[in-house]
Amino acid sequence: MQSVITGRAYVLGDNIDTDQIIPAEYLSFNPAIPEERKFFGMYANSGVPPKQAGLPNGNVKFVRDNEYKSDYQIIIGGKNFGCGSSREHAPLALAEAGIKCVIAEFYARIFFRNSVNGGYVVPLECKDRLVGEIRTDDELEVHLDDGYLLNKTTGKRHDLRPLGDVLPIIEAGGIFQYARNAGMLK
Amino acid sequence: MDVDVLMTHDICGPGTIGVFHEKFGKDAKVWDPDRVVIIPDHYIFTKEEICHRNIQILRDFVKEQGLKYYYDPEFVTNTPGMPNPYKDPTKTNYKGVCHKALPEEGHVRPGEILLGTDSHTCTAGAFGQFATGIGNTDAGFVLGTGKLWLKVPPTMKFLFHGQIPPYLTAKDLILAVIGEIGVDGATYRSMYFAGEGISSLTLEDRMTLTNMAIEAGGKNGVCDVDEKTLQYVRARSNRPNWEVFKDQPGTQYSYEHEWDLSTMEPMVAKPHSPDNKDTAYNCRDVVVDRAYIGSCTGGKITDMIFAANILKGNKVKVKTFVVPGSTEVHADMKNLNLRGVPKDSNEKSIEDILIDAGCLVGPSGCSACLGGPADTFGRLQATETCISTTNRNFPGRMGSKNAAVYLASPLTVAASALTGKITDPRDYISAPIETGMAGVL
Ligand code: SF4
Repeated sequence: MQSVITGRAYVLGDNIDTDQIIPAEYLSFNPAIPEERKFFGMYANSGVPPKQAGLPNGNVKFVRDNEYKSDYQIIIGGKNFGCGSSREHAPLALAEAGIKCVIAEFYARIFFRNSVNGGYVVPLECKDRLVGEIRTDDELEVHLDDGYLLNKTTGKRHDLRPLGDVLPIIEAGGIFQYARNAGMLK
Repeated sequence: MDVDVLMTHDICGPGTIGVFHEKFGKDAKVWDPDRVVIIPDHYIFTKEEICHRNIQILRDFVKEQGLKYYYDPEFVTNTPGMPNPYKDPTKTNYKGVCHKALPEEGHVRPGEILLGTDSHTCTAGAFGQFATGIGNTDAGFVLGTGKLWLKVPPTMKFLFHGQIPPYLTAKDLILAVIGEIGVDGATYRSMYFAGEGISSLTLEDRMTLTNMAIEAGGKNGVCDVDEKTLQYVRARSNRPNWEVFKDQPGTQYSYEHEWDLSTMEPMVAKPHSPDNKDTAYNCRDVVVDRAYIGSCTGGKITDMIFAANILKGNKVKVKTFVVPGSTEVHADMKNLNLRGVPKDSNEKSIEDILIDAGCLVGPSGCSACLGGPADTFGRLQATETCISTTNRNFPGRMGSKNAAVYLASPLTVAASALTGKITDPRDYISAPIETGMAGVL
């Protein structure tokens, strides 16, 4: 795991559900096939209603038309990020689009678990409400070891909650490597 | 934690199989071929070839691993175009929605741990077991090891007093609960539904409650095991033994709330969130363009009987789509009468009544509950307002992100279909609706 993640922020609101992160019509692509997997990047966040896409102004495309990668590397969310369906395609789509970490107030359980166990994106929680505070396009620096986020655009610093129990799994890069390291798998 | 049953379907199965092969090797074998259940249900009736290809991936895996429990839509062939649905629901291996098929086919028992690659796996908690949804990576891990790490969640208790009145179904109860605690109100926690109000529900209706635990963020939902549960499980389980766990006196709950069924009203969840609660009565001026009766939440035989009792002898005013939750539900719709008992030769079936009222009845499966490919039956394609017995109304959930979805009970949906406005079903109900042993035996 990198100890500092830098990148541009893309800001979403509360209760972003997995149908918005990756609409059901794209679930027929098989993530196990590389030529199909890249489409999850193309359609990541394509279900977010335009007004709520890229706050505070909205109407900001997460991935430009006909591209597979986003111009953004960090997602800022509000409460209950990733609620709804259990589709692992959601954190996978964000990772395919180039997202390194999400920082939200708190997560829906299955999204959090999938992000950690699949080693897709680092799901961080912040003590402050960042929606309304951080703007889409702000330049951010996330210091994982020291547990804070620096908004380079505004100079403001926000404390992150410790990752706790799941840190070793994130450090290992997912549940399989973790289980191998722990001797559970050969 | 040892897993008793792992379930997957056509949209998460191919990815799970990919993870399994990548991590355990091309020649790896699953931990127990009799404990893996594969139920294709999501994208069946579409001409999209990639969906047909995904069914083929499941078939190849079932063959390679010698899996015992697989419910094949044999009518999905490699001929391009829309598959021709089953003609007779009793003569197909295909089942339909996984959460309905799991108990029907005997994969659900008290005291077990069921994991599935679908968030509504929590439905099976109605049978007194621990059931929850997981992702592809976790499921790939379970396929190879039969194990997964899980934390024991704190429990919230929802106590219901009284008997279910004829104008309410479990859908009204769960919409009231979610409206009370919010879509994140049970995050990481277990939701325990208790009291005589819950005992008064049929097993089918209890499944509606536990099904929507995830809509409050719950890890699982669970009901007590009683004679009704045991009757169902004895008739269906494919394993003879199970263990019944009881609520212990003195248990600490992280939250408790009580309701009296006699004072509750028919509920709706307004767009675009399942916790956006209101009463059907308050929404009486909302005009709807279509109605939808289906899914693992509201496509069970009891839901169909509820709707048919409202629609009998009337005509719907808006396009009304009906999708049976499983082929067994579909067969029952053809065989049972309005009271949920096998019909006489001169009586109308549930399906006849729905069709006479002007409903469009499609083949079983997930259909438009999650939007799906553009050619999906009942999918919302534009700025429409739909009243639906399904479980989610996030933007775009049933298709177009410009559509608005109201969630309600089958009674409220049927009453609204008749008037073209959201309608409190009390206007249409004079006597209790019997459902007999429908869905149980
Ligand atoms: S019917 Fe709807 S909620 Fe149920 S499994 Fe299918 S898509 Fe999911």
